[in-house]
Amino acid sequence: MNFVQSFSIWFIPLLIGFILLYGTYKKVPTYETFVEGGKEGFSIAINIIPFLVGMLVAISVFRASGALDYVMLAMRPLFSLFHIPAEVVPLGLMRTISGTGALGMTSDLIATHGPDSFIGRLASTIQGSTDTTFYVLTVYFGAVGIKKMKYALKVGLLADLIGFLASIAAISLLFYS
Amino acid sequence: MVNYIWVGMMVIGFFVAAINGNMDKVNAAIFTSAKEAVTLSFAMISILVFWLGIMKIAEKGGLLEVLAYLFRPIVKWLFPDIPKDHPAQGYILSNMAANLLGLGNAATPMGIKAMEQLKILNGGKNEASRSMITLLAINTSSITLIPTTIIAIRMSYNSQSPTDIVAPTLLATAVATVGAILIDRYYYYRSLQKGGK
Repeated sequence: MNFVQSFSIWFIPLLIGFILLYGTYKKVPTYETFVEGGKEGFSIAINIIPFLVGMLVAISVFRASGALDYVMLAMRPLFSLFHIPAEVVPLGLMRTISGTGALGMTSDLIATHGPDSFIGRLASTIQGSTDTTFYVLTVYFGAVGIKKMKYALKVGLLADLIGFLASIAAISLLFYS
Repeated sequence: MVNYIWVGMMVIGFFVAAINGNMDKVNAAIFTSAKEAVTLSFAMISILVFWLGIMKIAEKGGLLEVLAYLFRPIVKWLFPDIPKDHPAQGYILSNMAANLLGLGNAATPMGIKAMEQLKILNGGKNEASRSMITLLAINTSSITLIPTTIIAIRMSYNSQSPTDIVAPTLLATAVATVGAILIDRYYYYRSLQKGGK
């Protein structure tokens, strides 16, 4: 743990330091270049706003109305067929839709079942194993103004499903076999 | 497809709310989440400005080309559409490296820069190209060495060994990434057969 912690603390300053020294060595006007690049960052963030507003509003309407709960309820029998613990099914669905929502669910599962229980470990792995597909899709495509996503959403959602199933397999295999 | 999902989520939401009688919640949700989206975008400004500033120095110094050169076989296999030594490769590699290290806030700006380059390669169209979707697939399933947030949460709940989920997470994300790449390939070739681009 100490290694992991100190690694993440040291990595970013080392990386930045290296880039700055390398730029200086290559005679790049570092400060002016930083400002120039930074300006792009600002306009990207502004470009994302309408995409993010559209997507987050639709998701929250779906959640607040209770429609998401029905979807989860309807899918339960399917998951229990494959011996997937019912407790983590809502988390698996939430993970693809809302990052903060999933984080809340994970904390809740860890608090209820304990961090070192089967469910606690499983929730931790599911949380860490995929990124929020809708969010990544909205931000990455939104930032550069891609409106026709083609088969991107299908690929993202199927990848989430694989991540979810692989989490269950990994936990069962590494801790309970 | 996105259009249908978007409208579907809203309309089904309103319909279910009408039956459940919690239209007041939905009303509140619309405006809080719109506000949340704007707050989120503004929160991203600091990270985007800082990392894109630093990355511009790396780009001008030629570091991205070096990175692209070192890992050319992997990128060439994953993104056959990108020309040799194109800056997009460097950004894609930086994005993958940041994801690997669990540096989500560094990964996003680099992923966006990569998307920007890919859009130029695609003639500036507002349509997702093959490489864009591959990059997206890799990002949603992202291989993670250090899941920082979740370790912190486990610690706060007094876990005996907060880091013991590192190995399963690595395994699960590796499987998911390989899966994502295969699914991406499958849909790409299927779209070719359908006569699409």
